[in-house]
Amino acid sequence: MAQSEQEILAGVAELVNEETGLPVESVEMDKSFTDDLDIDSLSMTSIVVQAEDKFSVTIPDEDTKNLKTVRDVVTYIQQAQG
Amino acid sequence: MSSNPSRTRVVVTGLGAVTPLGDTVQATWDALLSGTPGAHTIDEPWVEEFHLPVTFAARTNVPAPDVLPKHEAKRLDPSGQYAVAAARQAWAHAGTPEVDPLRLAAVVATGIGGVHTLLDAYDTLRTRGPRRVLPMTVPMLMPNGAAGAVSLALGAAAGAHAPVSACASGGEAVAYGLNMIRTGRADVAVVGGTEAAIHPMPMASFAAMQALSTRNDSPETASRPYDTTRDGFVMGDGAGIMVLESEEFARARGARIYAEVLGAGTSSDAYHIAAPEPEGAGASRAVIEALRVSGVSASDVVHINAHATSTPAGDLAEIKALRVALGADLDHVAISATKSMTGHMLGAAGAVESIFAILALHHRLAPPTINVEDMDPGADIDLVLKTPRELPAGVAINNAFGFGGHNVAVVFGPAS
Repeated sequence: MAQSEQEILAGVAELVNEETGLPVESVEMDKSFTDDLDIDSLSMTSIVVQAEDKFSVTIPDEDTKNLKTVRDVVTYIQQAQG
Repeated sequence: MSSNPSRTRVVVTGLGAVTPLGDTVQATWDALLSGTPGAHTIDEPWVEEFHLPVTFAARTNVPAPDVLPKHEAKRLDPSGQYAVAAARQAWAHAGTPEVDPLRLAAVVATGIGGVHTLLDAYDTLRTRGPRRVLPMTVPMLMPNGAAGAVSLALGAAAGAHAPVSACASGGEAVAYGLNMIRTGRADVAVVGGTEAAIHPMPMASFAAMQALSTRNDSPETASRPYDTTRDGFVMGDGAGIMVLESEEFARARGARIYAEVLGAGTSSDAYHIAAPEPEGAGASRAVIEALRVSGVSASDVVHINAHATSTPAGDLAEIKALRVALGADLDHVAISATKSMTGHMLGAAGAVESIFAILALHHRLAPPTINVEDMDPGADIDLVLKTPRELPAGVAINNAFGFGGHNVAVVFGPAS
């Protein structure tokens, strides 16, 4: 079932919060995971795997490295669901 | 007592612990003095699932989210969670010392490492495949994981070490930190031990060795060191961490000093991988070495927190070792066997029981030993039974021995 951009953003923010303790409101569309949110590659891998379960999508490892910003992830999930 | 003026004096300025008796040092000490048993029947589905021959243990509460935030807990094995929680307590207790990170060390030992993480990850691999094995699995399961986590939490950059010597590990961490300060590698060392192995696999393994008490109908009375009916140890978990500093550094910053670490002795049995050498030869060498390094004599010793796990062979071997090391002076030493209450916290035991020895000197009060109804005639010692006992001035010893034949004795003196 496809979800709205806002629903996906809220879900991703929740995963980031659980993984890193960052407040959900800091997870904004144009933020970079590494440069703005200071999320390391181990946490990123963990967030992606949990996102697969949460949003019922598959995100192959070769695609994960292209997911630089929150928007990248949200868009990827939206397209995968669609 | 004599002293060596060229030796750097090392003092204890902060204590932290999460144990089966309480989530803080104070709660643990209060429970200890009132003779509270920490062992209870395990309320987990796996007890029934595997028909374990032992159905009880002395468990520590997982740190609450206000002690250890959820996102931090998620990246740590329970052994790492206990260690970080106890280290933060100890650090706060020491007054959050201002110290150059390059002069601050972390020495946090474990006997077994992240066994929950390892086995849970294997279950995940089998049921859900390799992609679902969390990327933090290796840093969580490695036995130095807790030392690394504590070094990160406190910014300790002078070195992070994790001595592994089974149930002697916690004592060895204290000895290691002491030596780091004495050899000039650090001014402050956060030292201790942690363990979280109350899981069906280690429980089954220890039970297979017949190392565990099987008193399933009465967990509270199962740990009974020196009692004639003792039948093995009781699994415990938790962590104990203390802040050590050179006396010079501690005095300069006006720290409260709880005790002095006078010295430590280590040895190995080279006798059997798991059984204690029955005459306590290796253990006695550790105690003798500890007294020598400390510059004290047997007559200075007023209190011993014994390793005393409640196994038939181990308890008596330790008495023989103490008799060799202290001779007739052992008759005047108040001995406490606190595993009768905490259970055996394995790699944390030597650290938690060092904290007990420090508090015994600080309060001049030896904690009791519970559950001893019929004293083993082979234990010709002055065991503190049932209620705490006042101590005269003097020094205290903590013993910690481990599978592999490891023996560690640490000597503590009062703050001067």
